[in-house]
Amino acid sequence: MKLHPLDSHFLFPPLLYNRPVVPRIAFLSALAGLASLASAPAFAQGGMGFNPSGMWTAMYHEDELERTDPGSPVGDYLGIPINDDARLRADTWDGDLVSVLQHQCIPHSAVYAMRAPSNLKITTVNDPASGRIVAFIIDGTYTGPRTIWMDGREHPSQFAPHTWAGFSTGVWEGDTLHIETTHIKSGYLRRNGIAFSDRTVLTEFLDIHDKYLTLTTVAEDPVYLTEPLVRTESWVWNPYQAFSPIAGYGACLPVPEIPRPYGWVPSHLPGANTVLREFSQEYGVPFEASRGGAETMYPEYRKKLEQMAIPHAKVFEVQFEQEHKKQASNPAEAKQ
Amino acid sequence: MRAAALLFSALTASLTFGQQLQEADGIQYEVRRVQGNVYMFASTLGNVTIQVGQDAGHDGVLLVDTGSPRLREALLAEIRKLSAEPVRFVINTSADPDHIGANEILLKPPRTVQAPAEVSLYAQDNVLQRETRDGSGIPSGAWPTLTYLEGKSFAFNGEAIQMFAEKAAHTDGDSIVLFRGSNVVSAGDIFLTTGYPVIDLARGGSIQGEIRALNHILDLTVARSMQEGGTMVVPGHGRLCDESEVTDYRDMLTIIRDRVQDLLRKGKTLEEVQAARPSRDYDRRFSTPSWTAQMFIEAVYKSLKDGAAAGGSK
Repeated sequence: MKLHPLDSHFLFPPLLYNRPVVPRIAFLSALAGLASLASAPAFAQGGMGFNPSGMWTAMYHEDELERTDPGSPVGDYLGIPINDDARLRADTWDGDLVSVLQHQCIPHSAVYAMRAPSNLKITTVNDPASGRIVAFIIDGTYTGPRTIWMDGREHPSQFAPHTWAGFSTGVWEGDTLHIETTHIKSGYLRRNGIAFSDRTVLTEFLDIHDKYLTLTTVAEDPVYLTEPLVRTESWVWNPYQAFSPIAGYGACLPVPEIPRPYGWVPSHLPGANTVLREFSQEYGVPFEASRGGAETMYPEYRKKLEQMAIPHAKVFEVQFEQEHKKQASNPAEAKQ
Repeated sequence: MRAAALLFSALTASLTFGQQLQEADGIQYEVRRVQGNVYMFASTLGNVTIQVGQDAGHDGVLLVDTGSPRLREALLAEIRKLSAEPVRFVINTSADPDHIGANEILLKPPRTVQAPAEVSLYAQDNVLQRETRDGSGIPSGAWPTLTYLEGKSFAFNGEAIQMFAEKAAHTDGDSIVLFRGSNVVSAGDIFLTTGYPVIDLARGGSIQGEIRALNHILDLTVARSMQEGGTMVVPGHGRLCDESEVTDYRDMLTIIRDRVQDLLRKGKTLEEVQAARPSRDYDRRFSTPSWTAQMFIEAVYKSLKDGAAAGGSK
């Protein structure tokens, strides 16, 4: 069955939400209501912008492999403008690090959080006297709330603490919310060891198109990136979304599940990580390309790819075998 | 409406911190409330931790380190803004000149048997040993008045203050200080956000002791939630931190130590190890003109080769 974008099953798959499917007309009415609210003077701070308050469900039509579980394979640096330092850091990263007590409860930071499996709940902080919107609070599934200050305040000094969410300020540029975030704790650009430093500055542009919210993020890191990393993510408006932040606001408690030596920090020695080529071999990506770098972001890189030997992709072989076996064991099903 | 007003007040409270960068002698500094009784006098030349009582009639003011001599007057002026009570205690986390800059002025007038100092200055015993040697260049008025070998605890301004001697880390005279009630650790130069730790081999420092001290700090810290907040950590230089940054720093040093150790086992010389650049993935962030990656790697190599300190675990 093909789904039309405005079909209620597309918007509210029954498996995802614990409410009955909404009739299309009701939904469209609600959308119209939202549109009228968005254009209402009360929400137009300084005559600009929209109010993104509400529930938003993440869409994974972009980079699904990277964003949902289990995340990017080890050694997949494609499309990230990393330098050699970042490459070495990722090459020597060991997934066991997440078993270290101090790493177990780290949420996604602002640089990654919006990209991760992340349904959103967006609310406002209003000045009780004037009703003016002072801040937006963006709450994500795998991270703590991000506060986007809209009151023109300055970013803190170099001596202020960094947080996973960072310190964000926003201004309206027409109907686009322009967000600048600094003071972010160091973390990962991908969940396979590609790091960003605490000097990263995140610039974001939030736009709304009908019922879709799109965020364009630009991460700039003088330590590990040679060019800005530009990515986009989209969400669909979903007032029936049951929002349950996995980060749990303190529910995560580190537990020593495996006995480890005191102070143990797992990592691979340079040149000793034996699984770095697996991504290339599994997915049929030339190893050179899998190493990433700025040039792998651009369409022109295809010409260079044409000059490389493309390894046979094991993942398709395995998939074919599985499907073939299934057909052989169930001839009746195979005929359909 | 009342709830909304309270929420608004809570969320916008950060507007009223009053932190503002100031300048003295061309150096930027600010006073930042950490939490509880503890403040941080932060500057580009290093940090001073200030503990004051919250109500009149409390014990007085306690300082962890006294900063650079160039900011001495600014520090004293900022202390006066925080409390009218006198400075009673100073704890030096090492004998470094940029951590003892106001020692002498705080300990004046000169001490005699008849007129003991009104300010008590604590430090690990090795600090006194070093400062009292010929040629130390540190005037007697800046020397510790009380020392300890392993540690010392006392109550001040209504909370327990615990000093821990960290052996052979940045130097052989390092200490960290835990403010138990305020839930703050002052780490001295064992933990920096501005560069690699200065492993001062000539003054008894070692990479193993440095890592051991960082693990000890992690034993003391407890994150509030999601590995954030909770115990706050004042570094010797750089921004206010919590457990996660100490973790990153510990991880980095452990990884670099392991790489150098591996090269050492393979019989590599210092020059070969430096040429291999085992800290390359961190250098852009932590190598500085005054303490370069090459200098840091040399210190790591030599402290491992010489076995200057006992192993990295307790």
